Amino acid sequence: MTDLTGGVTDITRVHDEYIALTRRKRVYGGILLILFVALMAAGFRTADSRNAGSFAEGWTHVFDYPAEVLAEALEKSAQLPGHLLHFLPALVETLNIAAAATLAGTLAGTVLALLSTRGLAYWPRLIPLFRRIADICRAVPEIVIALVLIFVLGGGPVPAMIAIAIHTAGALGKLFSEVSENASLKPVEGLESVGANWAQRMYLGVIPQVGPNFVSYALLRFEINIRASAILGFVGAGGIGYELRNAMSWGQGRYDEAAAIFLLLFSAIVVVDQVSDRLRERLTHGAKAGATA
Amino acid sequence: MSTFATNLSADALKVQADRLFARKRLMNFGLPALVLTYLVYVFLAFDVPGLAARANWENGRTLVSDSYSYKTHVARDNRSGEVSVAIEGERKGRYPDATGPDWVSFGEITVIDLENGHVVRFGPETVEYDIPGYGTLRATPTRTQGVITDLPPGAVPDWINMSKNRVAVTTDAGRLTVTRNRAEVFRYFSGWELFWFTLDSPYHGQSPAELLRRAANGEADAIWHDFWNNAMWRHKDVAWAIGETILMAFLGTFGAAMLALPLAFLAARNFNPVAPFRFAVRRVFDFVRGVDALIWTVVLARAFGPGPLTGALAILVTDSGTFGKIFSEALENVDAKQIEGVQSTGANAAQRHRFGVIPQITPVLLSQMLYFLESNTRSATIIGAITGGGIGLLLTQAIITQKDWEEVAYYIALIVVMVMLMDWLSGWLRARLIKGGSDKPRKSSGAVKARPALLP
Repeated sequence: MTDLTGGVTDITRVHDEYIALTRRKRVYGGILLILFVALMAAGFRTADSRNAGSFAEGWTHVFDYPAEVLAEALEKSAQLPGHLLHFLPALVETLNIAAAATLAGTLAGTVLALLSTRGLAYWPRLIPLFRRIADICRAVPEIVIALVLIFVLGGGPVPAMIAIAIHTAGALGKLFSEVSENASLKPVEGLESVGANWAQRMYLGVIPQVGPNFVSYALLRFEINIRASAILGFVGAGGIGYELRNAMSWGQGRYDEAAAIFLLLFSAIVVVDQVSDRLRERLTHGAKAGATA
Repeated sequence: MSTFATNLSADALKVQADRLFARKRLMNFGLPALVLTYLVYVFLAFDVPGLAARANWENGRTLVSDSYSYKTHVARDNRSGEVSVAIEGERKGRYPDATGPDWVSFGEITVIDLENGHVVRFGPETVEYDIPGYGTLRATPTRTQGVITDLPPGAVPDWINMSKNRVAVTTDAGRLTVTRNRAEVFRYFSGWELFWFTLDSPYHGQSPAELLRRAANGEADAIWHDFWNNAMWRHKDVAWAIGETILMAFLGTFGAAMLALPLAFLAARNFNPVAPFRFAVRRVFDFVRGVDALIWTVVLARAFGPGPLTGALAILVTDSGTFGKIFSEALENVDAKQIEGVQSTGANAAQRHRFGVIPQITPVLLSQMLYFLESNTRSATIIGAITGGGIGLLLTQAIITQKDWEEVAYYIALIVVMVMLMDWLSGWLRARLIKGGSDKPRKSSGAVKARPALLP
């Protein structure tokens, strides 16, 4: 601004520096990209060599199994409704495991979240402790707890439910705590000034603010938990996963049953996904109808 | 939330308010009641009352005590009279013939000192157990009459279990079992024995300082070899298994992202004007996502066999549906002005996408990918248990054998550490790669806060 004669050289200098900067960025980006591609390729080769069958041979056969199952199911399509009805209780059990675990996990997660949120915690000094508890609950895969509990409690839905609930409590505890950090503290202070205890402050002051978000996350978790509960059934916790493993181990001749189970599981997941999607949309963006009474 | 029209009379308002309160009351009492009813139903449907009968607390006890302690078996074959000492009774933990820890002395009579006055003697014919405060128990296994047991006078205490062919004594110091063919003593120790070196290694039982000294003298390779190939704990296999699990998550997540990104353009309203085509791509995403990792794993395992590749592909397929959905939503939210700006400089279509679109969606893309990387480490453990690869397989194998609970505890600890490390790594990368995205949003000011939109 002051020295107008220096402007031209200044601009060329800025231009050169900008070009150099861009070039450097591109070089770094390129190196990162090459590194990433190399990692992917090496990883793929390692995985391929440690696998029982190789990718090159296997990928042409990916649809063999579905085709076999479908062909057999079509052949015996008359029995399909019967199979669907037969396996419906197993599906209900899987859904029940997921729902009960989500409920229990949400309740535990709420408590865990409130205890580990700055400004809301009952024991502010113990916030790190409750955070670590949530982290550990979240880090343990469901299958670990489920397998250990199956050993002690015997097979059935309860070990799966407990396992999923623990994981849910950890995962939701973290998300809920992030949500409640953004809650306004004014209602809480108001309630405190009239002598409300901690539980009352949380229930009347915080929960109404964060409720819709909590429910939305819980619904999301329910979707995930259905999948988890199906998988846990596969390792022996009952429900549709267990039936699927049985039907599969029977092998050919029982593929119509496997097809019925695939169909049930698939449609259950899709339906729940769609319904929960709608509900969450309404919860987070507010109900459009009924906003004005 | 309701806004009231002001031209209503007081009565009408009151009626309206009453209705509102009634509804709120119904919600406040009805919802918990509903939840409670459901829980009662589940309680009965899951047969929780019958659970107490089915539960095996003995299993639970062994599991807990075994996970932090180990036992050394001293066993005598009653036919040949041979005495062998083995840790956990396993072949891999067996002491060489006629050697053992210092609390076992061999000879005509093998004396096993269980400490605190508990002493077991394997005589040529009779097994004797001195129990302080009780007396000496004698058990003589015979070929024809089973086990003849001679107890001190008095009632038989409940920690002695006797039958014709078998006697078992459980005390705080250990456990003695005598059958016709075998006499066996268990002594319990806390810790994970042979974790570093097995008995056949010359480095077993040496102090860390001594090991360091030897390592400095050029034995480092041998020491490492003995540790790495430890037959009991299989450190090499475990390390590979962890690597496989992380590899599955890595390949699956990033492969899915690479597959989903181009498809997401086809599913976004502002990049693909052909509605039926868009609709079709979206249904593909929904289908792939709905089929679920379990079914994909089952199907792919048929084609590729067990192993990490199958797991990686299962994650890849499932997540490409999820990523497709997230990415297409992110693409629909991009700002058109930026693209116009790039276009105004004379950029062609490829350059418009490269400089106008990609920079806008990169934060969402990256943060979602990193979230999924962490979550998929967990999924890879589970999928590994089904398809047979990685740490999940080792864990299920160890649980199925129902005796190596210390290994189960070790694997669980490893899995938790692995997942927490991946969580930390993904959080760190997110913070580094996405500027302004801090990890702890206390009243964050609406910056790009990418949340797990589907599966955290």
